[in-house]
Amino acid sequence: MTTDLRAGRKHSRPAPGDPGRRPRPTWRGRLAKLDVKASPYAFISPFYIVFLIFGLFPLGFTLWVSLHDWGLASGTREWVGLDNYDYLLTDSDFWHATVNTIGIFVMATIPQLLIALFIANALNRRIRMPTLFRIGMVAPLVTSTAAVSIVFTQMFDTDWGMINWAIGLVGIDPIDWSAGRGWSWVAIAMMVNWRWIGYNALIYLAAMQSIPRDLYEAAAIDGASRTRQFWQITVPMLRPTVIFTVIISTIGGLQLFTEPVLFSVRTPNNMDGGALHQFQTITMYMYDNAFGSDRYGYGAAVAWALFMMIIVFSLINFLIVRRTGGTK
Amino acid sequence: MTTLLAGPGQPAKHARPTGKMRGLWEASPLTYVALIVAVALSLFPIYWMIVVATRTNDVVSAVPPPLVPGGEGGENVGRLFDNPDAYFAQGLLNSAIASTVVTISTVFFASLAGFAFAKLRFKGKNGLLLTIIATMMIPVQMGIIPLYMIMVELGWQNQLQAVIVPFLVTGFGVFMMRQYASQAIPDELIEAARVDGCTTFGIYWRVVMPALRPAAGVLGLLTFMQTWNEFMWPLAVLAPDNPTVQLSINNLANAYFDDYTLMFAGTTVAVLPLLVVFIVFGRQIIGGIMEGAVKA
Repeated sequence: MTTDLRAGRKHSRPAPGDPGRRPRPTWRGRLAKLDVKASPYAFISPFYIVFLIFGLFPLGFTLWVSLHDWGLASGTREWVGLDNYDYLLTDSDFWHATVNTIGIFVMATIPQLLIALFIANALNRRIRMPTLFRIGMVAPLVTSTAAVSIVFTQMFDTDWGMINWAIGLVGIDPIDWSAGRGWSWVAIAMMVNWRWIGYNALIYLAAMQSIPRDLYEAAAIDGASRTRQFWQITVPMLRPTVIFTVIISTIGGLQLFTEPVLFSVRTPNNMDGGALHQFQTITMYMYDNAFGSDRYGYGAAVAWALFMMIIVFSLINFLIVRRTGGTK
Repeated sequence: MTTLLAGPGQPAKHARPTGKMRGLWEASPLTYVALIVAVALSLFPIYWMIVVATRTNDVVSAVPPPLVPGGEGGENVGRLFDNPDAYFAQGLLNSAIASTVVTISTVFFASLAGFAFAKLRFKGKNGLLLTIIATMMIPVQMGIIPLYMIMVELGWQNQLQAVIVPFLVTGFGVFMMRQYASQAIPDELIEAARVDGCTTFGIYWRVVMPALRPAAGVLGLLTFMQTWNEFMWPLAVLAPDNPTVQLSINNLANAYFDDYTLMFAGTTVAVLPLLVVFIVFGRQIIGGIMEGAVKA
């Protein structure tokens, strides 16, 4: 309300431009008042306009589309009620993609966050050239996902890839990374891990730096080893941050798209995720149904199923992390 | 931001540490080994990309693989731009335009809204702010199908504005600027400007915007990187002959997956602008990530 008072005071003075004349409080005053009242709404409205048209409306409209048999190329637009969802529940391709997505997600998230935790702990020591280490760790994040996925795809090549060559040096037989379900998940998970470990490490580091030093000093005086300090002070104190990173990783992991799409450059249809759909994710399946097969209604149902899954998984993860932290 | 960057594990401000206390934070040689290995692994794929991009194809399949860059970089990049299927120059231009426009617009509108939420009084403010936070939870891809239909209605398929207009301002941007504005700008400054007869927009332009510059810089960098990297939505809405740079790479990958030097020349050119930005502004980006984490 102070702002209102100030604005009032302003127009009670004569306007600087025309001394001697009587001020015209009504006109200028009304303008100033309008400025104070309306400006905030004007300032925030661009966001809401963009969001309503391109964010909220599509979200609701997806639901509407998912209740139809909807094709853009064919022009079909037939109300089918919950048929798409009914079909979804028995669609083995959808569940196959779901298992792939969750498999890759688990392989990517758990090592990613654990390694990030250890790296953050190392970065939290007194080290020389800390900024250099941080920049080196976070460089993967600022590369392009599409570009680096291609680089990794070449590195995972069965015959000529760097990785098979490297494991060959220690006597392991070459692995056909893209053919099998398990190995292709590992390869894709490694791309994801590579990209996000440094980012999560920085987030953990920021949180670690706000843990009071006295806790460690007291523990050290009591003779607690560094390892013990790590598990009994650092990790519990980081719980909110861990929850944050787990949820972020869940949202990102369940939507995985670019890495597996580019990992399948050698198969005829990029969205298939390999000849046997061994690494087709839910998002690829949604994309393929809508844009590949002109089944927008079913694609929209898949999108909603994925959205629900993200919410449920985030909640489960939240509860797990809170529970495990709480029993400590 | 600077304080965060300055002090990794330096309890210096506290009482003089005893020998044992100092040892508590000292990095052991093992720590250095682990960190150097981690940094090497994190940089290697980027380095390998440059190695292949500057070689000929026969060298790439050699055992053991070559580990230093060669001299074919110029030739490979030349082949890249001559390639009729990649539309690489078009892709670069489109990405540059889209990223620049989205960045400028996001920084402007987000700081404007962030200022309103942080410093102005108006009815319904808290509720509106809450909706903005809620929008950050919605994955953009969820709306991709209807978004595509909107573009069809507007006739924007295969038009560059399809990858620009929906992203002109984001909830994340508004929230980030709001957080920064509420602690970086004292209320007195705004009231003083008001007393001096500034309009609300004048206050934003002359007082608030300059004060928000550090946060605006970080938001700008993040927005630029994100727009430059976007893959799924451009793939859905743009045709192969009017691509963004990521789609140019995809074009190459689909047609020439055996020609690694060509593909890697493409990926290198696509990553280069980001790496340059990162080398110049690395500290700010790191500071932004860490600051954002502490707030969250």
